[in-house]
Amino acid sequence: MTKRKFLGSEAANGLLMLSPTAIYSIVVMAAPLIAVLLFSFMTPGYLKVIWTPTLDNYAKVLSDPIYQVLLGRSLVMAATVTAVTVLTAFPIAYFISFIVSPEKKSLWLFLITIPFWTSYLIRVFLWKVILGYNGVINEAFMGLGIIHQPMTFLLYNMNSVVLTLAHSYAPFAILPIFVALEKIDRSLLEAGQDLGESRIMTFIRVTLPLAMSGVVASVLIVFIPTVGDYVTPTLVGGSSGQMIANVIQLQYFKLGNYPVGSAVSIAAMGVVTVISVIFVFANRRFMRGPQ
Amino acid sequence: MTSSPAAAAPTPKAKRPLIELRDIEKYYGDYYALRKITTDIREGEFFSLLGPSGCGKTTLLRCIAGFEELSGGNLLIDGKDMEGVSANHRPTNMVFQSYAIFPHLTVEENVGFGLRREKATKEDKARRVAEALEMVGLKGYGKRAAHALSGGQRQRVALARALILKPKVLLLDEPLSALDKKMREQMQSELRKLQRQVGITFILVTHDQEEALIMSDRIAVMFDGVIAQLDSPERLYRRPVSRKVAEFIGIMNFLPATVTGTEGGQIQLEVAGLGAIAIDAEQCPGAVKTGEASVGFRPETMTVLFEGDPEPTRGKIAGGEVEEVVYFGDMSYYDVKLDGVEKPVQISMRNVVGRPVLGRGARIRIAWEAGALVLFC
Repeated sequence: MTKRKFLGSEAANGLLMLSPTAIYSIVVMAAPLIAVLLFSFMTPGYLKVIWTPTLDNYAKVLSDPIYQVLLGRSLVMAATVTAVTVLTAFPIAYFISFIVSPEKKSLWLFLITIPFWTSYLIRVFLWKVILGYNGVINEAFMGLGIIHQPMTFLLYNMNSVVLTLAHSYAPFAILPIFVALEKIDRSLLEAGQDLGESRIMTFIRVTLPLAMSGVVASVLIVFIPTVGDYVTPTLVGGSSGQMIANVIQLQYFKLGNYPVGSAVSIAAMGVVTVISVIFVFANRRFMRGPQ
Repeated sequence: MTSSPAAAAPTPKAKRPLIELRDIEKYYGDYYALRKITTDIREGEFFSLLGPSGCGKTTLLRCIAGFEELSGGNLLIDGKDMEGVSANHRPTNMVFQSYAIFPHLTVEENVGFGLRREKATKEDKARRVAEALEMVGLKGYGKRAAHALSGGQRQRVALARALILKPKVLLLDEPLSALDKKMREQMQSELRKLQRQVGITFILVTHDQEEALIMSDRIAVMFDGVIAQLDSPERLYRRPVSRKVAEFIGIMNFLPATVTGTEGGQIQLEVAGLGAIAIDAEQCPGAVKTGEASVGFRPETMTVLFEGDPEPTRGKIAGGEVEEVVYFGDMSYYDVKLDGVEKPVQISMRNVVGRPVLGRGARIRIAWEAGALVLFC
């Protein structure tokens, strides 16, 4: 194929087919990101941006302890949410893949999506109803005479944020693990037992390593968005459950300080990227493709 | 190759039963996969379970391995009842149809998988892995990733992984069905050699009658959850007990016949196209009864007489007409209409220099012997 015949060539066809998605990605993802990146290097004025390049915003983000505390708390929170979510998702995925009969698997997967039938906001409010001062748990326990004062550690702290996020991200964690488990050739498990290992040891030596690609995917899918979650800490986090996204929102919309808000965003993004890359690299031996 | 400890062990020639199957039954709901199977598998023999798909051969193998629980009967390995003994505690190892090579491990990690529980030094285990790999012709492949192997290599890894544990019985579930023809033929002779070398009892499941004939000491032909015949390859080919077995193994021609009487170890018959004859009682492996029956013979047991061929000194001669010819290079296959028989029979002839290949419509004379016939009542 010669270069003159570009129109109608396979390459041109490919680009043509790619272009709607490419344009969409550039407009809604790349452009805003570039804007945020640009803002982060500008000088903040009162409720407006002064177009003079500066590194002061980053200096402020790195030196002010409030950002370090909030970013640190966000990372710890996201790590906890990820651990709780993935550890509870694994048995569920295992159950559906190995124990549920093949014709009932799609029914079970369908049941797992039920929480998505209502909006996230409503689910968060439901947790408030369950965990609140006059909520379901406190009323029930008081009614049973187990406690005499409502428990206050249930809501408006880190625990309630972790609980709410873990619940809402469960399907995202279950599905990749389920897919990885489904791909395991069942004769491998028989081979493990045939070679003298018990069911538990076969699980540890065969099933788990082969399911790790799904576990790694689940961890990333849960961890990355939860670091920057804004709605949940706002609604159920109280003052001790505030996260980095809350301060970004504060800078942007309450203080109108786009440059500092952008610098905090970029810094958080950078930290998450570094952590994710290290995590994937550490688990690279599990990420080998199918045969 | 002979340096392997498994190979150094003398081949046990004792014919004691190693596996005893006693009224083995397996059913799923009201579907019977195995019906009251009773037989012995001897120590050191190459035993094949042969049958069409769905006949229960794989189920029986999985029962021996411990992957399926028996619905009834007893299974003894080396004198011990295997009831309640799970697969990981049985002295059997299996080569799976899919080979079941662990994709996340290297070749040597795969081969050494079963050694974890053994009390041996690291060096000792590594030496045994290397020996096992050498035995199956994969020396130097140890560090390779398992998923980068070809089909034949995977099969060898699966073999090494099972044999390294020195099982009393090696179970092979259609191990050659995924290989191409040339590779399959090579592996057939290699497996046979390997079995003689290590002296372990091999039980092979296959639907390929040729493969079973080539490799086995004894073959159990199974239909519908029952062993129809258990015999040496030669007996199975020459003296099948039923038309069904005869049709499953090789090609057999059938002629309608009538049993007119039995007398002193001889059976009197009237065979269409061949006339009145007497055969040995031994030529009827099934039960004898007078009346309607059929007589079978293999294509190569009848000889077409060409012009100038000497008259046969033994046997008899029948007449017929060539209806179809298939030329196969070394062999020619003729569909022949015997005089007085409606359905043509197949006769095979080795092609020899100077002997013409007959054309359609040719009148021919055929030499045959009563000893080649098998009677099915």
